Amino acid sequence: MSGPGDILLSIRGLQKAFGGLVAVRDLSFDIPQGKILGLIGPNGSGKTTVLNLVTAEFAPDRGTILFKDRDIVGAKSFEVCRMRIARTFQLVRVLPHMTTRENVMLGRMFGSAPTVPAHAAKEADALLDRVGLKPRAGMFASQLTYIDQKRLELARALAAHPELLLLDEWLAGLNPTELKIGIDLVRQIGREGITIVMIEHVMEAIRALCHRVVVMNAGERIAEGTPDSVLSDPQVIQAYLGGSDAAA
Amino acid sequence: MILFEVFLGGLLLGGMYGLIALGLNLQYGVARILNLSYGEFFMGGAFTAFFTIMLWKLNPLLSLFVSLPIAFVINWLIYQYLMIPLVRRAADQDALDADVVLVTFGLFFVFQGLALVNWSGDLRGYSFLSSPVHLVGATVAFNRLFAFLAACALAFALFLVLRYTRFGTALRAMTIDPVAASLVGIDVRKFSALAFAAGGALAAASGMLVSTFISFSSTIGVEYTLKALIVVILAGVGRVTGTLAAGLVLGVVESVGGYLVDPQLTIAINFGLFMLVLLLRPTGLFTRA
Amino acid sequence: MLELLRRNWGISALTALGAGLLALVPLFGSNYVLSLFIVLYANVALATAWAFFSGATRYISLATAAFFGVGIYTLAILHVYVSIPLAVVGAAIVGFLVALVVGLSTLRLRGVYFVVFTFGLTELVHQVLNWWEIKINKTVSRYIFTDVSNVNIYETLLAVTLITIVGSWYVSQIRLGFALRAIGEDETVARHTGVNTTRVKILCFALSASVMALVGAVLALRYPYIDASIAFNNTWSFQVLIAALLGGAGRAWGPAMGAVPLVLLSEYLAGSFPHHFSIALGLCFVVIVYFLPGGITRLIERFLHSLKAARAGMGGHG
Repeated sequence: MSGPGDILLSIRGLQKAFGGLVAVRDLSFDIPQGKILGLIGPNGSGKTTVLNLVTAEFAPDRGTILFKDRDIVGAKSFEVCRMRIARTFQLVRVLPHMTTRENVMLGRMFGSAPTVPAHAAKEADALLDRVGLKPRAGMFASQLTYIDQKRLELARALAAHPELLLLDEWLAGLNPTELKIGIDLVRQIGREGITIVMIEHVMEAIRALCHRVVVMNAGERIAEGTPDSVLSDPQVIQAYLGGSDAAA
Repeated sequence: MILFEVFLGGLLLGGMYGLIALGLNLQYGVARILNLSYGEFFMGGAFTAFFTIMLWKLNPLLSLFVSLPIAFVINWLIYQYLMIPLVRRAADQDALDADVVLVTFGLFFVFQGLALVNWSGDLRGYSFLSSPVHLVGATVAFNRLFAFLAACALAFALFLVLRYTRFGTALRAMTIDPVAASLVGIDVRKFSALAFAAGGALAAASGMLVSTFISFSSTIGVEYTLKALIVVILAGVGRVTGTLAAGLVLGVVESVGGYLVDPQLTIAINFGLFMLVLLLRPTGLFTRA
Repeated sequence: MLELLRRNWGISALTALGAGLLALVPLFGSNYVLSLFIVLYANVALATAWAFFSGATRYISLATAAFFGVGIYTLAILHVYVSIPLAVVGAAIVGFLVALVVGLSTLRLRGVYFVVFTFGLTELVHQVLNWWEIKINKTVSRYIFTDVSNVNIYETLLAVTLITIVGSWYVSQIRLGFALRAIGEDETVARHTGVNTTRVKILCFALSASVMALVGAVLALRYPYIDASIAFNNTWSFQVLIAALLGGAGRAWGPAMGAVPLVLLSEYLAGSFPHHFSIALGLCFVVIVYFLPGGITRLIERFLHSLKAARAGMGGHG
C-alpha cells in the first residue's frame, strides 16, 4: 500500500489527437496520495479527455499513466475501475430505468471487491444516506432531479471503494446552498484519504478544496501551483478571458 | 472476353443497385430514419408499371405519374405522423433506432400483407424495351442499359441539387449535424419529411425501371430493402455519389465473383462483402477516414 | 438459489404446480392438442431466450432463425451417428460455439448495424448451406429417421421451456443480470463501473443461442426431412422478437405472455388467411412501439398496482 505523501497518479508525456485536432499535448503532472487536484481551463482545453485517457475510454497516442507506480495504459476501462479508480461524467449519466439504489449497487458489485446483490444493497443504502438520497432509493433514476442525479453519480462512484476519484464538473449547475453542501461533501471524502482529481469551472470550489491546480489550454499545461498563485497568473487569466468562455 | 462481358454485366447490375439505394440513402442520411419498409415502395412501383402495361396497355414509363406522387405522399405521412413522435420521445439515437426498426418492420409486414391479399404471391413480369444492344463487342438488353443510364442521370441530378441549391445545402448540413443545422435556422423537421418523402418516391421510380427486366412478386420488397441497405452501408450513410459507386462495386463483385466461384453463391457473396465492410469499415467505403 | 426461492415462495410454488399440471397434458390431450402445445413451448422458449439477451441489453438480434437452424442441422447430421439425446445436447453446444464466434466479431456493432448484421447472418448461413448441400452433398434435403413420440417431444420441450424461464429469472437476480441490464441502459457507464462488458455480452449471447439451437433440434425430431429454407426461415426471428416485446422483455414471464396469444392468433389465421397474419404481425409491431412500450406485463403490473392503491384507499398512482 502507498502511504500519504507518495505519488498516487503520475502522468508523463500524455498525448492524444482526434483526427488533426490535438486534444492533449505532452501533458505531465503528479498527484500525491490523499490530495485534491483541480484541473481547470477553458472549454475544449482537453480536461475531459485527460479523464477519458486515465479511465481508458480512449487509448493515448503517447505517454504513460502510472497509478501506484504501475503503467495502466492498455488496461480496459473495467480493469481501471477494479484498480480502484472511479469517475463521474460531465453530462450526468445515470441508468434511467434502474432504481436509485440499483444504480449504486452496480458500482459496488463489479468494482475492486465484487459482491452479491444483497450485500451491495446494504452498502448502497448507507451511501445514499450519506449523499442525502435515502428517501428516493426506490425511485427510478430518471425521475430524480438533475441535482439528485449528480448526487447519485457520486454515490455510485464511491460505491466502488475508490482510491482515486475523478470528478468531471460535479459541482456545475448547483445553486449557492447546494454548492456549499457539495463542497463540504467533497472535502469530507478527501479527508477520508480518497485522492481526488476534479475538473471544475467553479473557482470558489477550487479555492476551497484543491491543494494544487493544473491549468490547461488547447491541450497543454500552461500553469501549475496552489490555487491562489495559479488564479493570479496573468497567462491563466489571458487564457480564460481570451477564450470564448470568459464568463465561466 | 467472357470475363469482360461478365464485368459489363456487373456494371449494369451495379447501376441498378445504386439506383435502388439512392432513395434509402436520402432517407437514412438526411432524415436519420432507417426505413425497413423501403422495398415495399420499390415493389409498389414495379406493380404500378406492370398494371399500366398489362391492364391499360400504356407505356409503363407513364406509371411514374401515378406511383411517384403516391409514394411521395405515403412516405411524407409516415415521417410526419409515425416518425416524428418517435424522434421527439427518443433519448438518444440508439433508442430511436430501436423504435424505428420495429415500426418500419411492422410497416413492411403490413404493406407486404396488403399486397399479398390484393395481388397474390404470383410471379409477374412483362416485356418492355428488351431488344438487344451491342456495346463494345458485348450484347446487352436495352432495358438494362436504360435503367443504368437512368441511375446515372438520377444520381447526377441529385448531386447537382445537393451541391447547388439552397434546399440541397440544407440537406447536406443536416446530414452532417442536425443540431447545428437547426441552430442556423434550417427547419430540420420539414426538410427531413421532404427528404424522406423524396426517398420513397425514388424507391418507386427504381421499382418501375427495374421491373422492365426482372420478374417480381408481392414479397420481393424485403430483398431489395436489404440490397439497398447493403449499398448504403458500403457507400457510407448520406453519400449520394458514393451510393452509385458502391452499387457498381457490389454489382461487379457479385458478377465476377459469381462467375469465378459459383453463380449460386451470388447472394452469399453479397452478404459476405457487406458483413466484411460492417466489421472492418462501418463508416462505409466512400467516406474519408 | 435456495435463498431466492424462499423469498419468492409464492410464485415458485405456483410455477411448480403449473409445471406439474402441464406435464400431465399428454394423458388427456389429443394429438392436435399436443402439437399445439409443442409449438407454444417452442415459441415461449425462443422468446424467453431472445429476451434474456436482447431484451436486457437492447441489442436487437434477428439471428434467432440462424441459431434455430444451426440446431436443426446439427441434429440432422448427428442423429445418424449418435443417440438422439446426445445429438440434441450436441446441437446446444454447437449453437453456443457458433454464437461465441459470431459474438466476438459482431457485438461491437450497435443499433441498426447490429440488427442488420444479424439479419444478414441468417441469410448468409442459409445461402451457403444451401449451396453446400447442392454442390458438395448433391442433395437438397436431409431426412430425419427417428421414432421419438410426440409425448417425448412434448415433455422435453416443456422441460426446456421451464428451465429457460426459471434460468432467465435466476440470472436476473444475480450479478450477471445486473450487468446485462446496465449494458442495455448505458454501456459506457457499465464499463466504467467495472463490468467486463465484452465478456458478459458474449457469454449471454451464446447462452441464449444455445437455447435456440436446442429448441431447433427438438422440433426437428418432428420433421420427416429438412432443408435450408425450413431451417433458416426468417419468420422465426420476427415472430420471436414480437412475442418477447409484446409480452414485455423485462420480466422472466413476459415473453411467455406475448408468445401464447401470438401463436394462438397465428394458429387461427395462418391456415385460412396467412396474409392477414402477416398484417396482424405488422400491426403488432406498431402497437407495441406506440402504445405498449413495456409489453403486456407492464400493463398488468400497472393494473395490479392501481388495484392495490385503490384498496389502500389512496387512489391511483400517477
